[in-house]
Amino acid sequence: MTHKYRSRLDTALEIILVPGMGLALYMAFIVAPREASMGDLQRIFYFHVAAAIAGMTAFAVNFAASLMYVIRKNRWWDHAALAAAEAGVVFMVMVLITGPIWAKPAWFIWWTWSPRLTSSLVLCLLYVAYLLIRNYIGDPDRKALVSAVFGIIAFVDAPLVWFSIRWWRDHHPGPMLETGGLDPSMRPALYICMAVFQVLMFYLLRRRFRLEGMRDQVESLYRQADLAS
Amino acid sequence: MIRRPMIEVRKLAKHFGRFPVLRSLDLTIRKGEFVALFGRNGAGKTTFLRILAGLSRASSGTMSIQLPDEKRFRFARGAIGYLSHNTSLYTDLTALENLGFYSRLMDAPSDEASLIRKIELVGLAGREREPVRNYSRGMQQRLAIARAFLHDPEILLLDEPFTGLDQGGSEFLKWFLAQAHSEGKTCIVAIHDASLGYEMADRLVVIERGVVALDVPKTSLTLKEFEERYLAVTQTRMRSSVGPNAGNLL
Amino acid sequence: MKRIWAVFRKDLLVELRTKDTLNSMLFFGVVVLVVFNFAMESLRDSVRTAVPGVLWVAFAFSGTLGLNRMFASEKENGCLQGLLMIPVDRGIIYFGKMLAATVFMLIAEVIIFVCSLVFFNLTVWNEIPYLALVFLIGTLGFTAVGTLLSAIAVNTRLREVLLPLLLFPVILPVLVNAVEATGIILNGPDYGALRLPLTVMTVFTVVFGTVSYLLFEHVLED
Repeated sequence: MTHKYRSRLDTALEIILVPGMGLALYMAFIVAPREASMGDLQRIFYFHVAAAIAGMTAFAVNFAASLMYVIRKNRWWDHAALAAAEAGVVFMVMVLITGPIWAKPAWFIWWTWSPRLTSSLVLCLLYVAYLLIRNYIGDPDRKALVSAVFGIIAFVDAPLVWFSIRWWRDHHPGPMLETGGLDPSMRPALYICMAVFQVLMFYLLRRRFRLEGMRDQVESLYRQADLAS
Repeated sequence: MIRRPMIEVRKLAKHFGRFPVLRSLDLTIRKGEFVALFGRNGAGKTTFLRILAGLSRASSGTMSIQLPDEKRFRFARGAIGYLSHNTSLYTDLTALENLGFYSRLMDAPSDEASLIRKIELVGLAGREREPVRNYSRGMQQRLAIARAFLHDPEILLLDEPFTGLDQGGSEFLKWFLAQAHSEGKTCIVAIHDASLGYEMADRLVVIERGVVALDVPKTSLTLKEFEERYLAVTQTRMRSSVGPNAGNLL
Repeated sequence: MKRIWAVFRKDLLVELRTKDTLNSMLFFGVVVLVVFNFAMESLRDSVRTAVPGVLWVAFAFSGTLGLNRMFASEKENGCLQGLLMIPVDRGIIYFGKMLAATVFMLIAEVIIFVCSLVFFNLTVWNEIPYLALVFLIGTLGFTAVGTLLSAIAVNTRLREVLLPLLLFPVILPVLVNAVEATGIILNGPDYGALRLPLTVMTVFTVVFGTVSYLLFEHVLED
């Protein structure tokens, strides 16, 4: 198995992403109307929500890949799981940064221990722990297996975390899409942001996945060279 | 009697990251064979035994273990006894408690009388109620032998079992293995002492840098001839390995 | 079943001989109580509201110590190697260890709790059966996932240091619910409200008990 540094799909994704990002910015800052009570501040919401959903998607990918690794023991799945965990943490950190930026002017506090916030933080910590384990196991086969086990645990834990802290009083604006609270004129911007962030997540995941594949290849080349000697 | 292969190993490889320990190991062992496994430190003997015992997963290659029907377990490891560098004994418990615990785990008879008999067999009579912590290294090794084989396994794997044993202990272990051999058990003993291995085994296998470098029946050569070939195999390799890749030997 | 019991009995026996694990668990738990007492000087009047949190932090910290020992002790002489040779599914080792960890934690919890009654001047009599139930279910949830993570941590280069980092984020649902439930009991009992936290903890225990049992074999290494 050889890994090409990049494929046509990567180029295609880049071609989508560059104007896509521009479009997302344009939609969020120009096209979407000014929110009545919060003003321009609300515009951060488009990125905040899009990043959160992209992060969750990445964690779901990590779960699926971890499960597949435990079943198949194929390194391919381990690389996918690692790439997904890293991408997920990046997006979750984005959520945790944009959140307080918005909360300070809106609620006059940086941080509140509301369920959504707390859950996001815990979720982020879980996957940081996932990445941490990987650092401290030498044998790659064991590293893959043990981190896959933890990946499964983390994802199973996520809904329990969420339900457990749910009855705490919540400041967080409810999910506006479900309740129809989001003005229809704002929706295109949100949808485009969400779509672009998903593509971005997928692109980062792919690149990271490739990198890990190449690392593996380097190792096996070393082994072959050693075998030949 | 048809001797079908009990253990069949094909292209077995194990690497820890970049470092290969086993490269492509092929070995077929029939029921009742007594194999002495030679090789220098780091040649891959321990790794090989660990994979056979099911304690470690191979990176690639296949391994199959055929057990006689009446001894078939859901997991082959139930019919394997493995004595490693570790004694696997709880030092805070007595000899009796240690063996009792493992007997219950392994489905071996765990009544006190049969446990005491096993302890007496390894020459520790009268000290079965003492915590293992008080035992000397050699006594612990004796008890470890009793522990590893208390479930009367079909396949005995031993990793440098003579380490730490005194004269009496060594004699006992030799007798014990000869006994198992005569009962038709399959024995694989990793050992570095050429004459001791030659004395016990009926098949001599040398592992060198993760492959089988030499595999001969004892009847085909004398001890002296074997020692020469053993040396030749390991030394030529040694010379060739003192190159840019010498570091990988570690 | 017989083997689960054997593992459990062995751990208990070792503990009776050495008392290493329980002693350190107890001592640490009490130390946590004392430290919190100083940290909460300003809350002296409303201490009853803070006790559940303090109590569970103490339980969790001392429990982490106990869990760390569960597998560290198996590695000392390569004992885990012996355990791994059992002719049946290795998952049963998980149940034996979890049972032992649960019993150790419960013993420690009772004593830490009694100390907290003294330190914080609390009187509880009628509440005891309810508290016992909460302690039991909370502890089971804690050890259900803690036993697996302990087996993971002990095989990493960081060893015991890694366990709290892995354990606390995962265990959060249990801690939240246990604190909540203990609070309900200590502050004007409304036992109907106990149902929700107890259910969540039970679900957690069952889910992670199953998941851990299924995955346990993969994380073991001598």
